[in-house]
Amino acid sequence: MSHSERTANTAGDARRTPSSGPLLASELTLLFRRRRTQALLLALAAIPVMIAVVVRVSSTVPPGRGPAFLDRITQNGLFVGVTALIVAVPLFLPLTIGVVAGDTIAGEAGHGTLRYLLVAPAGRVRLLLVKYVGAVAFCIAAPLAVALAGAGIGAALFPVGPVTLLSGDVVEPGEAFSRMLLIAAYQTVSLLGLSAIGLFLSTLTDVPVGAMAATIVLSVASQVLDQLPQLEWLHPWLFSHYWFGFADLLRQPIGWESFTSNAMLQGGYIALFGALAYGRFVSKDVLS
Amino acid sequence: MTSADRGPGLAIETRGLTKRFGHQVAVDSIDLAVPRGSVFGFLGPNGSGKTTTIRMMLGLAAATAGSVSVLGLDMPRRLDEVLPRVGALVEGPAFYPFLSGAANLHRFDAADRHAVPATRRARVAEALERVGLSHAARKKVRAYSLGMKQRLGIANALLADRELLVLDEPTNGLDPQGTREVRNLVRSLAADGATVFVSSHLLAEVEQICTHAAIMSAGRLVAQGPLPELRKTGSAQLRLLTPDAGAASGVLARFGMTPVVGHPDGQGAVITAVLPDSGLPEGGLPKGAGTAPSLEPIEPESIVAALVADGVRVRGFTVERGSLEDRFVALTGEGFDVAQ
Repeated sequence: MSHSERTANTAGDARRTPSSGPLLASELTLLFRRRRTQALLLALAAIPVMIAVVVRVSSTVPPGRGPAFLDRITQNGLFVGVTALIVAVPLFLPLTIGVVAGDTIAGEAGHGTLRYLLVAPAGRVRLLLVKYVGAVAFCIAAPLAVALAGAGIGAALFPVGPVTLLSGDVVEPGEAFSRMLLIAAYQTVSLLGLSAIGLFLSTLTDVPVGAMAATIVLSVASQVLDQLPQLEWLHPWLFSHYWFGFADLLRQPIGWESFTSNAMLQGGYIALFGALAYGRFVSKDVLS
Repeated sequence: MTSADRGPGLAIETRGLTKRFGHQVAVDSIDLAVPRGSVFGFLGPNGSGKTTTIRMMLGLAAATAGSVSVLGLDMPRRLDEVLPRVGALVEGPAFYPFLSGAANLHRFDAADRHAVPATRRARVAEALERVGLSHAARKKVRAYSLGMKQRLGIANALLADRELLVLDEPTNGLDPQGTREVRNLVRSLAADGATVFVSSHLLAEVEQICTHAAIMSAGRLVAQGPLPELRKTGSAQLRLLTPDAGAASGVLARFGMTPVVGHPDGQGAVITAVLPDSGLPEGGLPKGAGTAPSLEPIEPESIVAALVADGVRVRGFTVERGSLEDRFVALTGEGFDVAQ
């Protein structure tokens, strides 16, 4: 490495437009190639499989009991995915999101790799954004894992046919399948706020388990508060308030009102906790 | 410090740099000046504030007061321009244990927005080759020994052409073979024109590879400058065994020394004196590092000649140079203990 060579290299670098692409690609690869992430997705995919197998081996399902649509599974395998998505909403999905979002910054700090990313230099704002995009990618993958595994096992174990929607209209299996993907998308949106909360909590500590646990606890607390009638004024502001509001997606025509309210609420949480995470992370002393 | 070391030729310069954690002052108003092209040893006992100083240099921690400039630019304001030109090993290596050595380097290189993706594979391979890790490139870091992780950490600092390398305890955990390799590596980096800033608590290491050094103690900078100057201040001591104490003292006084006479066993006198300016050849120092002593040195042999000429019976004569270690202990007063 002579001096003139270095000068030439520097000039070459200056002509190139710096890009965030490689870091984002590296982040997504790291996230989805990691055994833990794969285990989380597998656990989520196991929910519909478990439901389908139990329903298949049991002789009768008493109508009206158990999770919604459970009694319809034997007639139509498409209901496996929908039932599993409903079952996953209160605990399983927030749990996995808590693990991924809580790990974002604290996990790097815990490994000590945060300081090497920052001196690379990754740039603090850029790293925070890339980490959030990674969490969002997982929010997309998690409900999708449930839905696709449900569709697969449902088609394998039960007959598939036209589906009667909540409005009484009957749609073809293809249409019903896309409705299920729509519910998965709804849940992705539902989890964006929680991801932002997890990202913020992750900037507060060097112990990833702490941030994960705190995120999961908050998701449970929000749902508990949502049950208390005394706090009715607070309910529309809780990030979990619309988590179950996807029934309108199963009507003809589709009702988007709940989807929109949910998206706006989650957007508010992203703005608030994104700003908090930014405020905390750009000024944070990285001592791990 | 010579006046030539000040000014634009500094790779790192801090002014009044201070870091407080609550009431604890970790770094106390230090003015560090690291000349470009130097191999700079940053010495101090554990807990003396070396790593905190390095964190502030690299923009990982904010200074409570004072300023840092690296490669002539303010940190952390110009961080995006500075850090791509700096390779760093900070407080030991840290990697993703579930990734291979090569995958870890790919990850850190991808984090650098200025790194050219097209040459990434080649640069990673070259860096691994340079620290002798090519054979373990595909192995998960989980299975690496501490020494291998340390090498990988150094490889990470060498992923691109760097003008400045900041290596915090680079030989930690390395076997003697590895230590020697790192020393050679540092020399070859310096020969290529890079400035190398090495923090260490191992004096021998610093003495062997550095042209300049600074000594930290309890958060304060107690000495800095070219190594020969630092060493010189820890002056050489003369020890003379003779039965003719009076005559010998007279001769030594002519050389400007203040002899101390002792009679340990009644057989003769042991006279000790501090050489006013040690003129011993500075063996083992890198060429061009030393500055010429300002005073005409007193050659030990000329002292002996004068003693003999005056009829002093010389039974023993030694001159012992103060090592950097003596200087270090004198300045820090605590040897290698952890500062409180």
